[in-house]
Amino acid sequence: MFGMNADWSLEVFERYFTIGDYAGGEARWCPGCGDHGVLTAVHKLLRDEQVPPETTVCVSGIGCSSRLPHYMGTFGLHGLHGRALPLACGIKSRRPELDVWVSTGDGDCFSIGTAHWIHAIRYNMDMTLLVFDNGVYGLTKKQTSPTSPLGFKTNTHPGGAILPPLNPLTVTLGITNVSFVAQVVDWSPPLLYEVIKAAHRHKGTGFVRIIQRCPVYAEALSKSLQNDPDRILLLQHEKGIPIDPSVKRQFANFIDHDPSDLSAARELAQDQSRVPVGVLYHNPDAPRYEMLSSKGVEFTAKKRLAGLNAALDRFTI
Amino acid sequence: MEASQVVEAALQAELIHEHIVEIVSDSGEGAQKAGQTFGSVSARMGNGVWTVEIIPAEIKPPARSPAGASGIRIRLGSKQVTNMGDQADLVVAFNEQVLYSRIANGAYKAGTVLLIDSKWREDPVAEVQAQYNRALVEFRENGLIVHELPLEQACREITPNPLVGKNMFVLGMLCRIYSRDLDIARNEIATIFKRKSDKVIEINHLLLQAGYDFARDNLNFQFQIPPQSGLEGKRFIVTNGNTALGLGVMAAGMELVSMYPITPATSASHYLADVFHEVGGFVHQAEDEIAAIAFAIGSSFAGKTACTITSGPGLALKTELLALAVMGEIPLVLAVVQRGGPSTGLPTKVEQGDLLASIFGEPGDAPKVVVAAATIEECLHFVVMSRRLAETFRTPVLLLTDANLATGQQPYPRPEPSHEWLAPHIDQTDWDPNVPPYDWDPETGLSPRPIPGMVGGHYVLTGLAHTNESKVAYDSKSNQLGCDMRSRKMAALAGTLKPPKVYGDPEGDLLVVGWGSTLGAIEEAVDRARAQGHKVSSLHLRFLSPLEPGLKEIFSHFRRVMTVEINYSDDLTAPLITPENRRFSQLAWLLRAQTLVDVDCWSVVLGAPLQPGMIHQVLLRRLESLEG
Repeated sequence: MFGMNADWSLEVFERYFTIGDYAGGEARWCPGCGDHGVLTAVHKLLRDEQVPPETTVCVSGIGCSSRLPHYMGTFGLHGLHGRALPLACGIKSRRPELDVWVSTGDGDCFSIGTAHWIHAIRYNMDMTLLVFDNGVYGLTKKQTSPTSPLGFKTNTHPGGAILPPLNPLTVTLGITNVSFVAQVVDWSPPLLYEVIKAAHRHKGTGFVRIIQRCPVYAEALSKSLQNDPDRILLLQHEKGIPIDPSVKRQFANFIDHDPSDLSAARELAQDQSRVPVGVLYHNPDAPRYEMLSSKGVEFTAKKRLAGLNAALDRFTI
Repeated sequence: MEASQVVEAALQAELIHEHIVEIVSDSGEGAQKAGQTFGSVSARMGNGVWTVEIIPAEIKPPARSPAGASGIRIRLGSKQVTNMGDQADLVVAFNEQVLYSRIANGAYKAGTVLLIDSKWREDPVAEVQAQYNRALVEFRENGLIVHELPLEQACREITPNPLVGKNMFVLGMLCRIYSRDLDIARNEIATIFKRKSDKVIEINHLLLQAGYDFARDNLNFQFQIPPQSGLEGKRFIVTNGNTALGLGVMAAGMELVSMYPITPATSASHYLADVFHEVGGFVHQAEDEIAAIAFAIGSSFAGKTACTITSGPGLALKTELLALAVMGEIPLVLAVVQRGGPSTGLPTKVEQGDLLASIFGEPGDAPKVVVAAATIEECLHFVVMSRRLAETFRTPVLLLTDANLATGQQPYPRPEPSHEWLAPHIDQTDWDPNVPPYDWDPETGLSPRPIPGMVGGHYVLTGLAHTNESKVAYDSKSNQLGCDMRSRKMAALAGTLKPPKVYGDPEGDLLVVGWGSTLGAIEEAVDRARAQGHKVSSLHLRFLSPLEPGLKEIFSHFRRVMTVEINYSDDLTAPLITPENRRFSQLAWLLRAQTLVDVDCWSVVLGAPLQPGMIHQVLLRRLESLEG
């Protein structure tokens, strides 16, 4: 046809990926765990965006949330306690074309990996960062997490948590070069999907704190919020994400919030009386570290050798 | 100066075959720069050269304090020079106090020529004058030949700020004393100050010439050290070990160095930060040591084998991620520039104390390759080798160097890199989905590695026990098999190694085994003992994990085998120490365990390189005890 080689034309068949292409092993989280809903949303989104599974890498640390890569049909790196972010940043550094996801938890990200959380936000490499925050250590069987509320009884604090919880939103919004901060609850699938989609489409680190149910060790924490939807404040804006009518029926309280307004985002994050859901902050123009770290990836061997010989010549006697 | 003048001057000079020179000063007076330049000039003139920096731990220690001694030793000769040697022949000192720490280290002998700035004799502070006068009496009593010279005053005729200029004046003096070609020195100065203005270069050229003239007019001695023979037509480069490491990273074709500042490793990254972009590479300064190795592992997992460079305390922090790289079989190069430990220890000083931590540092069984560079040249070539080993054996490779190699400068043959040295282009061909991500060959433990981007190659790497499919598996069989396969790779590598060559006769009374930067000093000591008729040989190991083969056989041809190392061991004559409870030096532990030979050891932790004279005495004592 048109003088082209017929064999060649076979190679341009489009690949179409189904949800099955993104599914890995059967999820082993407890029944009723909020993580299942997040996994479903991620599978669906990758299918909708048609991201090739072989160029997708899911990186995690340690904890219930960090099992997510095992349930994906993509490349995965199930790393170490608190170290998901520097592993993910390293993957992105010289392979900026890879679609990198990080799944981590409140203990992994906000406690043992705190330094990396702060600096990864500052690097602002293009990746989707999902923090599964259930306010408790689950995999190690009920210890206090940095986001456990004051008085919450655990095996390490049987008399109740003795410190007020850390606020991940104010911390993240306070970091230089932060570019995307959103919060969502796992029990609103349409909103969860839209928030993750916005984070994924964002060029930079899309930080999503997912308030997530742990029915085994911290049922009361999510139950109290589920039973009192008036505490939840839905953020909407023409620059923000599309809001499904069912979401508006779920959360009666909503306000207009411009996600480009960092000060307003910080105020919302600071307000302890409400739980904002939606996109708090979005700056599409923040510089991304991989733009620096990947410089020179295109160098040919010839060019590398020329540079090397020039370097050696400077020391030649 | 005209070339004819050089020849004329050289004709009057005393012919010698080697000398050890030191420049000792307060921190910040430029002694190291002067010494390194003098070393480069001497190397360019064909001498063998070895330089060792004398570095205080603080950036700005108090002036005129023994602990603040900062400076450099340059050993130069008509043959290849492989170590710092014993006592200095000539020392230039900017004040008398800093010499005390060098004297305490045994750096000088009766007959060492001291050129000292005489300005302290006129110091406005009476106590300083008194200290100076007392010191000079003491130095003379110890046999030093003292020349008091108005160095700073002479510099003041050229520059209003002699504090920053007198180092180049001293360089000029040394050029006269050792009959160096001033044009070569001028070129070196122009290179050093290439980023400064022409004015700066001009002043330093004037200082150089002034120093040269000053030495000619005020000193009644001059030396000539002929060049090494057989160098014609060969190209050499002069670098220190850390620069060699950086060049090695580029020569290996690695694209990423991920690091966190730590002494004495950091200057390798300083060098790379300056030039890495010229080969398309990037230096990532991570938020901490842990993130530095995690970042490198991430890059390696994605197919771009990376390097991370650190020193002892950083190695300790990297332990957990190193085990992840072992468990997940991720190639990685970790260069460890050893310093004194434990804890923060001696940040600027040499030790070989990280050997066992490198091999056995991780909880659980974490077999990995550990190699040690013995020369500055090997600091370069071993990075190239390490990257290839890491990828072939799908494992982290630890490359050990130390503070002695890191800051020492030496000329060595210029590498002629080829395409094969560089990392191959990242493989993005389709992966046969029937091949598991750990398709272990049961004979060797080796397996090909899927890289993100390969269609059909997806797997989830985990630090948990896993099957060959990389599926988490807590069952007994899977765990045993995984451990077997990771360990098998070490045996497979060992099978490719040749037995090490003995230096000296293959049989005799005493065999000295060393590793790392002590190579030159040990061999020089062995030469001296052999010249006295003793049956001593030595052996130097580069592969520490797996160990080089054939050791037990080699050891069997000697009456006694001992290691000589710069790390801690109990002295058998110390209180409470018995042959049963004695703690051995690190290589000795390893060799005893591996060979069941009763390997003895001698080691010290003086924070200084070993000197041939010191080792020679040890060998003589051991030989004597064999007779007894």
